[in-house]
Amino acid sequence: MTQRLRNWLLVAPAAAWLIVMLVLPLSVVFVFSFGERAPSGGYVPAFTFEQYANLPARFTAFKNTLILAPLGTIMALLIAYPLAYQLAVRTSQRWKTLLLVLVIVPFWTSILIRSYAWIFLLGGGGIPALLASLGIEDVRLIYTPFAVLVGIVYGYLPLMVFPIYVSLERLDKRLLEASADLGAHPATTFLTVTLPMSISGIATGCMLVFILLMGEFLIPALLGGGKVFFVGNALVDLFLQSRNWAFGSAVAMMLIIIMLVTVTLYMRLISRLNVQRDDAQLM
Amino acid sequence: MTDHISKKKFMEELRRYQKGSVTRRHFLGVTGLGAATAVLGSTMPGLRATTAMASDIGDRVVLATWPNYHDEANFDMFTDKTGAFLQVNVFGSNEEMLAKLQAGGSGWDVYVPTNYTITTYVEEDLIEPLDLSKLPNYDPAAFDPRFSDAGIVDGVVYAVPKNWGTTGMAINMSHNGGKPFTSWKEFFDRTMDDFSGRTMVHDYQLTTIGAALNYHGYSFNSVDEAELADAEKLLIDVKPHLFAITSDYQPAMRSGDAWLTICWTGDGKQLSTDIPEIAYALGKEGGELWSDYYAIPKGAPHMEAAYALINFMLDPEVNAREVLAHGYPVADSRTNELLPEEVLNDPILYPAAELLNALEFGAAATLTDPNRAELLARFKSA
Repeated sequence: MTQRLRNWLLVAPAAAWLIVMLVLPLSVVFVFSFGERAPSGGYVPAFTFEQYANLPARFTAFKNTLILAPLGTIMALLIAYPLAYQLAVRTSQRWKTLLLVLVIVPFWTSILIRSYAWIFLLGGGGIPALLASLGIEDVRLIYTPFAVLVGIVYGYLPLMVFPIYVSLERLDKRLLEASADLGAHPATTFLTVTLPMSISGIATGCMLVFILLMGEFLIPALLGGGKVFFVGNALVDLFLQSRNWAFGSAVAMMLIIIMLVTVTLYMRLISRLNVQRDDAQLM
Repeated sequence: MTDHISKKKFMEELRRYQKGSVTRRHFLGVTGLGAATAVLGSTMPGLRATTAMASDIGDRVVLATWPNYHDEANFDMFTDKTGAFLQVNVFGSNEEMLAKLQAGGSGWDVYVPTNYTITTYVEEDLIEPLDLSKLPNYDPAAFDPRFSDAGIVDGVVYAVPKNWGTTGMAINMSHNGGKPFTSWKEFFDRTMDDFSGRTMVHDYQLTTIGAALNYHGYSFNSVDEAELADAEKLLIDVKPHLFAITSDYQPAMRSGDAWLTICWTGDGKQLSTDIPEIAYALGKEGGELWSDYYAIPKGAPHMEAAYALINFMLDPEVNAREVLAHGYPVADSRTNELLPEEVLNDPILYPAAELLNALEFGAAATLTDPNRAELLARFKSA
C-alpha cells in the first residue's frame, strides 16, 4: 500500500461524513432557495431570485436574533467569567471536582425539559408571586424578551464556563504572585495578567454560545410565547407550517451568510487581540 | 410470568410519560418530541410484541395522531387481541403532518387528518383509497354526513370519521362578572380593553386568522385580499395586548396568568371540568367546525395492521370509550347510543343547533393559501 493510498483511506471516513452531512444538505438548500413554493406547499424547481427579494419580510426575525444572540452571549460571559475564575483560581482541589460536576449536572436533562420548567418559574405562580409577597406587585416575566434572555443565559452558561475555566486553570499561578510582589494592585494584576491569559477561553466560549444562539428556536418559542420571533422560529414556521421550502431555504442561506461574515470578523478581531497582547498561549 | 408483568408495567409507565409529556400541541410543534417517543417505542425491545403473540397482521402498527386523543386501554386491548403493538407518533398541526408525508418515508400506517386536508392528500397522491370490505365496522348509514362526507373524494372513500369538534374560546368568567363572552367582537375588543395582557391566540393561521375574519363578519375561510388585510390590521392592533401567541394555552389558563384564549372543544372540556370558572363558548358570528378522520397513507408499511386498527377503533364500544377519554363528540349514532346522557347533553361537546349552524368547516384552500401563512408570520414578527 502506497503512502498516498493510505492517506486517502485515512481521510475517507471524514470526507464521506462531510459530504453526506454537510455538502449535500447545503447544496439542496442552495438549489431550493432559487425555486418556488408548490401550490399546496413544498418545492417546485425554478430559477428565480424572488425568494431572496422577499427576505425583508423576515427583517424582524433577523433583527431580534442579531440583538438577542450577542446580548445573550455577553450576559452569559459576564456571569460565567466570575464563576469560572472562582472555580479555577480560588477553589481548593477538594471542592473543584464537585463544583464542576454541579455545573455539568443540568446537561443530564434535556434542554427542552429545563426550558419548560422556566415557564412555571417565570409564570404568575412562580417568581412574580414571590415578588408580590415582598410587596412588588404586577411583575410580568413570562412571554417577554427578558424571559427569553433568562432562558438563553441559563441554557448556554456551561458552554461559556468550561472554555474559560480551562484557560484559567492553565494559568501559571506564580505569575499572579510575581505581579503582586512587584507591587501591582489586584485589579491591575487581573487586567494585565489574568484577563489577557484567558482571552482564548473567552473567545472560544463566546463563539460556541453565539453560533448556537443564532440558530436558536426552542427557547424563544417556549419562553417568548410566540411574540419573540427568531430566525430559527421563522424557519420552523416556513418548513413545518406554511411549507414554503423555497423561501425557507433562502432565509437559511441568508442566516449562513450572516454567520460567515460575523464569525470571520470575530476571528479577525480575536487574532488581532492576540498579536497585540503577544500572548504565546493564544490560538 | 413476572417478566411479563414487569414489561407490561413498564409499558404503562412509558405511556404515562408519553401522555404527560406530550399533551400540548405547541410543545410538540416546536420539539418533535412525538417523533422521539415513537423511535423510543421501536428501539426498546421490551415494548415489542413477542413473536409468540404475533399474528398474521404483523407485530406493529404506527399511528400518527394528535395529543390526548385516545383511550390507552383501547390500545392495550388491540395489542392483546392482535399481537400488534401500537407505535404512537403525536403531532402538533395538520401542516406538520402534511409536511412529513410530503417529505416521504414517514413510516406511518394510520394517521388522523382533519376534514380540510383530505382533498390535498388525494391531489398529492399521499392517501390510500380504503378497501371497505376490510372495515366491517364502518357503517356509512350510522354517520351524520356533515361529519363524514369530507372523507369521500370523487365517490371514493379515503377516510372514515373519528370524531369532530369546534373552535371557540375559553374564558375565565371570574373576570367578567361570572358570564362568558358570546362573540369574537367581544373577544378582540375586550382584549384591547380590560383583558389587555390576558388573552392568548393560537400559533395557527387557520384559527387565529379565522377568528379575526369572524370579528369583521367575514367567512372563517376567506382568502380575499381585502378581507385578509382587515384581519391583519386587527391582529397587529391586538398584538401588544396579547399574553401569548401559542397553541399551548392550558398552563396559562390554569395558573390564572391568562383569562381568555382561542380554544378547541376538548381543551375547553378539560379546562372547565377542572376549573368551573372557565367556560367554553362559541362566537355567534361563526367559527370553525371540524371533523377528524382515520386514513392510511400511500405505501403504509403494515397495511393489514392499519385496516385492523381502524376497524377496531370503529367498533361502537371501543369508540364510546374513546369519547369518554378524549372529550370530543362523535358522529356515529351507534356510539352515541352507548354514551351516558350527561355526555350527550353537554353543551361543550354538543352545542345548540343555532350556534353550530353559524360555524363553517375549514376549506382546503384555507389551509394551503400562502397569503394566510405569510400573514401569520408577519403578525408573529410584528
